[in-house]
Amino acid sequence: MNGAPLSLRETLAWGALGALAFVGFWTLITTSGLVPRQFLPSPLDLVQRFLHLLTSPFAGATLPEHLASSFRRYAFGVLLAAAIGVPLGLLMGWFRLLDDIVTPIFDGLRFIAPIAWVPFAALWFGTGIGGPVMIIFAGAFPPCLINAYRGARFVEPRLIEAARMLGTGNLRMILEILLPAAVPSIVAGLRVSAGLGWQSLVGAELIVAAAGVGFMMVQAQGSVQTTTVMAGMLAIGLVGMLIDILLRQGEAWMRRRRGLDS
Amino acid sequence: MIGRRGLIGLGTVAGVIALWFALTTLTGIVSGARFPSPSEFWASLVQIWTRGYAGGQLLTHALHSLKLVVMGFLVAIATGIPLGLWMGWSRRAEAAINPVFLVIRPIPPLAWIPLAILWLGLGDAAKIMVIWFSAFVPSVINTFAGVRNIDRPILEAARMLGTPRWRMVTEIIAPAASPLIFTGLRLSLQASWTTLVAAELVGAMVGVGFVLNMAQQDLYPAMILVGMITVGILGWATTFALARVERQALAWNVAARD
Repeated sequence: MNGAPLSLRETLAWGALGALAFVGFWTLITTSGLVPRQFLPSPLDLVQRFLHLLTSPFAGATLPEHLASSFRRYAFGVLLAAAIGVPLGLLMGWFRLLDDIVTPIFDGLRFIAPIAWVPFAALWFGTGIGGPVMIIFAGAFPPCLINAYRGARFVEPRLIEAARMLGTGNLRMILEILLPAAVPSIVAGLRVSAGLGWQSLVGAELIVAAAGVGFMMVQAQGSVQTTTVMAGMLAIGLVGMLIDILLRQGEAWMRRRRGLDS
Repeated sequence: MIGRRGLIGLGTVAGVIALWFALTTLTGIVSGARFPSPSEFWASLVQIWTRGYAGGQLLTHALHSLKLVVMGFLVAIATGIPLGLWMGWSRRAEAAINPVFLVIRPIPPLAWIPLAILWLGLGDAAKIMVIWFSAFVPSVINTFAGVRNIDRPILEAARMLGTPRWRMVTEIIAPAASPLIFTGLRLSLQASWTTLVAAELVGAMVGVGFVLNMAQQDLYPAMILVGMITVGILGWATTFALARVERQALAWNVAARD
């Protein structure tokens, strides 16, 4: 228990065993007819359906096209969240008054799940690109703001004192002292934002959208095509994983460059 | 005595309400079709509180949603924490379960909603399933991390004293991992609310998400606002209750005290 780490070979062997048991059990209950195909397709069916969707359209577009339209909204929403959240967080970290004004509003809104903005988003911006973007924004905004704020707030006080002694103005203080010092925290926040944004995107597309992977899944659900629904889940999971890996790499690169990790 | 911060905070809240009033009722810059005025909001609140909207009174909807979140959350705790403890305890279990986790983890909980509807329909069972899924992953991961972060000397001392396996889990590992377990529970709770609201927006017969859905279809901004505020209050209340439990449970933990 909690003992020495397993060797690589043991890890791989147990991992393969676990994966095989999972896939084996899944295959067994589906191909034996224990669980109807309509309810749960076999792994093979799922992979075939996924490959099929890559080239042939469902709900008006092929899977890559749906993904592309999802991704456009997603990138738009997350970039907007970062473009507003990070500067606002930095300003709040520097100007006390702004902090005292924004924090109560922010705390009040924090407990409202991002998805609960869907009705207003649809009412204000429609269901094309505006509405979903607003929901992604609502999901991705808080970590951008909080991490930029914390990063700016907990800058080494000596740096600020030294800069102030040299007569640094507010703007230069924020751009040249707070921003660079807060970068690790900001990047960590962006990674969380990216994850939450992707999550909100799925929610937005399930409820209001006329294209995108979420829309494809809702259409498939409506016509009881379990395999297509699961292929959509697979696609969403793969893209989410890809985004996470890329951002982790970026974060690690940034930390190495700044000498934070050996 | 309220400090400077509190004073500015109160001023801000008053300012927001004044601005709301000024933009809607006084000047009409924001039309009622986009955002309700305070009096419209109040009228909707009275309507849903007394006569009901979307098939029930506000309390019925709110309690139904609360019940689902609590149930899904409890199922997730009951399954997630033991699994996390086991994966933390046994390197083999970790190695064997990890690949499955790698596949399931990147799928956002919300993406399970269509599948849950196909499997279980539009009733409560489908909602509990998606809440379970969304709260399960954070509780497993944090419990696992909590077990792995226990100081080795504590475990070695207990083992040297011949502590039986079962007492080892209940008296050493679970308590030592509990600060991180609670971090996981907080994340799980947030995820639960997000998922429930989404699931109720997609399809439901009762609940706050359903109120939002009906209000959206009826183009009724004041009721949308009532629904959103209810979601916020419910989220806040459950977070607050969990924090109380955490303080009670971790009263022994000096590091967690303020």
